[in-house]
Amino acid sequence: MANKQLTVAELEDKAKEIRRLIIEMLARAGSGHPGGSLSATDLVTALYFNVLRFDPKNPQWPDRDRFHMSKGHCCPLWYAVLAETGYFPKEELLTLRQLGSILQGHPDRGTPGIESASGSLGQGLSVALGMSLAAKVDKKDYRVYVLVGDGESQEGNIWEAAMAAAHFSVDNLCAILDYNGFQIDGKVKEIMNLEPLSAKWQAFGWNTIEIDGHNMQEILSAYEKAKTVKGRPTIIIARTVKGKGVSFMENVVGFHGRAPTKEEAAKALKELE
Amino acid sequence: MAEQLYQRDVYGESLLKLGKLDKNIIVLDADLSCSTKTCFFAKEFPDRFFNFGVAEQNMMAAAAGLAACGKTVFVSTFAVFASGRAWDQVRTSISYNNFNVKIVATHAGITVGPDGASHQALEDIALMRVLPNMNIIVPCDGPQTADAIYAAANNPGPFYIRLGRPKITTVENKGEFKLGKAQVIAEGNDVAIIACGVMVSEALLAVKSLAQKSIKARLINMHTIRPLDNEIILKSARETKLIVVCEEHNVTGGLASGVDEVVAENFPKKVIRLGIRNRFGQSGEPADLLKEYNLTGPDIEKAVLSNIS
Repeated sequence: MANKQLTVAELEDKAKEIRRLIIEMLARAGSGHPGGSLSATDLVTALYFNVLRFDPKNPQWPDRDRFHMSKGHCCPLWYAVLAETGYFPKEELLTLRQLGSILQGHPDRGTPGIESASGSLGQGLSVALGMSLAAKVDKKDYRVYVLVGDGESQEGNIWEAAMAAAHFSVDNLCAILDYNGFQIDGKVKEIMNLEPLSAKWQAFGWNTIEIDGHNMQEILSAYEKAKTVKGRPTIIIARTVKGKGVSFMENVVGFHGRAPTKEEAAKALKELE
Repeated sequence: MAEQLYQRDVYGESLLKLGKLDKNIIVLDADLSCSTKTCFFAKEFPDRFFNFGVAEQNMMAAAAGLAACGKTVFVSTFAVFASGRAWDQVRTSISYNNFNVKIVATHAGITVGPDGASHQALEDIALMRVLPNMNIIVPCDGPQTADAIYAAANNPGPFYIRLGRPKITTVENKGEFKLGKAQVIAEGNDVAIIACGVMVSEALLAVKSLAQKSIKARLINMHTIRPLDNEIILKSARETKLIVVCEEHNVTGGLASGVDEVVAENFPKKVIRLGIRNRFGQSGEPADLLKEYNLTGPDIEKAVLSNIS
């Protein structure tokens, strides 16, 4: 099913709305991960509103494109986008992390629109690889997208999957790396440096596209370019800002895994008006 | 001489049959397809077989992705790697998701033989038994391996099927295989011997020898470890004087622990656990190793005689 295409300006507005939802739900929950949710917002918003083929009324539509969030702690972003695209009512967002909620602290299949659990880092690229292989076996043309974190890229499992995806030539697989440069304990380059990162993926046999992960035009054209690459998977290495959109959260490592207080949320929402 | 079969051969052949019947079946292996015998399937259905190389974590999580798209996925490697190396992937991506991934782990237990301790999974049942949704089958012989594979294919959810390396003796007159329903191989009310895997035929030797000493032993083939047949365990607790559990596994966390839990909660009874106690395995021939770890028919008989009042 073809979804309505938004203009760049409309996508930017939509991303702002998603960021507001993230702040509201995290403030209500009192815990969760704002930093990485906000850094990946533009990437995931563009993907859901202009790229992915899906039908919220029929979540199991066999030909839907697949999306998986390997960096599961950023699920507030996923939940906000799923609510905004009609998978469930927006009111549900305010139940995040509560007992009995369909919105668990990390992704769970009980949430409409979520294909697989995640949260233990490093597994999602493999899960996406499996989905890509299923499409190849069934000779279906759906594509598989997976959001990967930079800290997560320190997991060995990521590189096992990287090797295999190139080996199996899954050109229907597109990974999106949210390269915000921070992990819980500090700067990625100080905790465990990933560089030269693009060269690593290329050496593993991947097509790499490097973009500014907050520039909608660049994001959209990267997704389009990735679709045209045959014979190998693509990774979009997106340079992003942790906490993007909220001045006092940007590049502040403390907001990796701390929810804003009521006062902070009010201030953040004002900035996102 | 009773029939002796490789469970792995039966697995490979069963998978081949299933592959012909069901185009939805996908098979994954991690560079051990000639040992696990998924190579039979690979040869016949190369489009539905993927060799992941020596990368079990990736294989398990990729199996989850295939299952997320509606596939029934059989995944094979040695038991140590299937249960240990990739445990978190099995936990989070397979068991938590409740996906149709059927892990068929070969080369379990000390009867792996000469390869020694690093390759002898003695804790795999324990690791799988703590995972919600996970079904566990330890078939006692070749023919039952086929039953286990078909049961896994025909029932939803994740499975862990534990197979051995060497040929093992076929146990006669087991009756029909039903998932979660243990089989009574011999009737008796003096002692109940509950065994799984290769230990069933060892226990049968003990039962026959005990009969000559006028001790009537009940022998239960507990092929399904999860869901465990609580009913048959409690019946034995009520009707016999002693329960002896035999498994080619650590006495902690496996079948014996499962029996202990059921008995302790419902009908306290003395349970003797025969298995490996706080030791790793070692190199040796399977028969010699069973002797070294006191897991032969005569060892079982001795345990019964010294504990029965």
